[in-house]
Amino acid sequence: MPDVIGPEHTTSLARQVLDADQISRACARMAHEVLEANRGAAGLVLLGIPTRGVPLAERLGRAMAEVESTPIPVGALDVTMYRDDLRRHPTRAPGRTEVPVSVDGAVVVLVDDVLFSGRTVRAALDALGDLGRPRAVRLAVLVDRGHREVPIRADHVGKNLPTRSDERVSVRLSEVDGTDEVTITGGAA
Amino acid sequence: MRHLLSAADLDAAETTGILDLAEEMALVQGRPVKKLPALRGRTVVNLFFEDSTRTRSSFELAGKWLSADTINISAKGSSVSKGESLRDTVLTVASMGVDALVIRHMASGAPLQAARWFAELGLGVHVVNAGDGTHEHPTQALLDAFTLRRHFRASQPDAGRDDHQPFAGRRIAVVGDITHSRVARSNVELLTTLGAGVVLVAPPTLLPAGVDTWPVEVRDDLDRVLGEVDAVMMLRVQRERMSGGYFPTPREYTVGYGLTRARLGLLRPGTAICHPGPMNRGLEISADAADSAGSLILDQVAAGVSVRMSVLYLLLGGADESGAVR
Repeated sequence: MPDVIGPEHTTSLARQVLDADQISRACARMAHEVLEANRGAAGLVLLGIPTRGVPLAERLGRAMAEVESTPIPVGALDVTMYRDDLRRHPTRAPGRTEVPVSVDGAVVVLVDDVLFSGRTVRAALDALGDLGRPRAVRLAVLVDRGHREVPIRADHVGKNLPTRSDERVSVRLSEVDGTDEVTITGGAA
Repeated sequence: MRHLLSAADLDAAETTGILDLAEEMALVQGRPVKKLPALRGRTVVNLFFEDSTRTRSSFELAGKWLSADTINISAKGSSVSKGESLRDTVLTVASMGVDALVIRHMASGAPLQAARWFAELGLGVHVVNAGDGTHEHPTQALLDAFTLRRHFRASQPDAGRDDHQPFAGRRIAVVGDITHSRVARSNVELLTTLGAGVVLVAPPTLLPAGVDTWPVEVRDDLDRVLGEVDAVMMLRVQRERMSGGYFPTPREYTVGYGLTRARLGLLRPGTAICHPGPMNRGLEISADAADSAGSLILDQVAAGVSVRMSVLYLLLGGADESGAVR
């Protein structure tokens, strides 16, 4: 998972970088970008990466369905079993994987909250490979904070957020956390 | 969880966690590529001192689908047949650097003993009890609970029953050779942990000593029990363990305790029929019952792989509690 910490860990030093309105506008823009890149909604499947990628995918799906007046299949793709650091942590409980339609031949848009090292996305690509063979895979993230460790980039980004590697980026979404905001904590800044 | 030796070691939360994870694992069975990389590089040895088809092959599939390397050793064709002791056999295998040993043995307590030897010698091998004598068979009880939980959730005859407590208020009859049945012992432990009521139905000769201290109801009139329960679990008559004298004739056993075609009519609609297999058709269960709409026997087999994937993942999937790499 990317750097996500619960509200109980936030300190007074947290700097808000996106508020609810800005998150909402970023989602709306990304929805349009995805549709434009795909020339419509045909063959699209949105798969959110738990935890916070799933509500983001649902938001994007709703926004796109409104624009195109057609439902967009939205699911969840758990990557726990595919992580390369599985053995460096106590056993993790996997989240849910729900793929509403076959990914064979589809254009799959992976959705996550923060893109950091890229290892979560690498695991997601492996997980997706076991489900079928999509025609294309794209990546949409709310925040790209840099510091990639593998050659992976996002196709659609809500906000590019240059950070120091010792800072923590926290995305909170109302579906999970009761509020919508993105904050940065820690670091020497 | 370091080892899985007994269903009694699991509390309700742990059990539910294993069953929930098994639901995720069951989804893998429906995929075109039945493989998760979670246990890549781990080695699981199935050490079977007793014959088995479903338990051994489902442990093997579970390991393989999680990308572990699995090998099978059976007593026949191994040095056990040359007289090697249990201690020497398990320590030999463990010393090859395996991560988990799945042990089935005819002696009650053999897996526990192996776990103790590993602890004494500082070997970090995980042990899973795949059936020890007449003692326990915890993964069988887990797969039975998994199958029944799905059945109860799907049927939900009483509206408003809490989906998170699918066993609350349920009564499950376990019928037959209780004395020799490790399946019965593990199921009594696990089902009562989950909140179900267990009714043991058996002729007095097939009830173990001390059964009155178990948290169960004991009956001998199968006909009257059948209409009162939500599930009926038929046990195999273990002819190979019986030196005779437990019941007069197989025919008489069937008349008293077999799930015959006539007895099917006594079950309430929606009552689940389970059997751990292998079945003696015509003895403890009739073909009509085994193949009836209420039979969950093949669901149990499918659940076996999912549940064993869940157990292997929980034992081997991460670093231990101290954060050290296992």
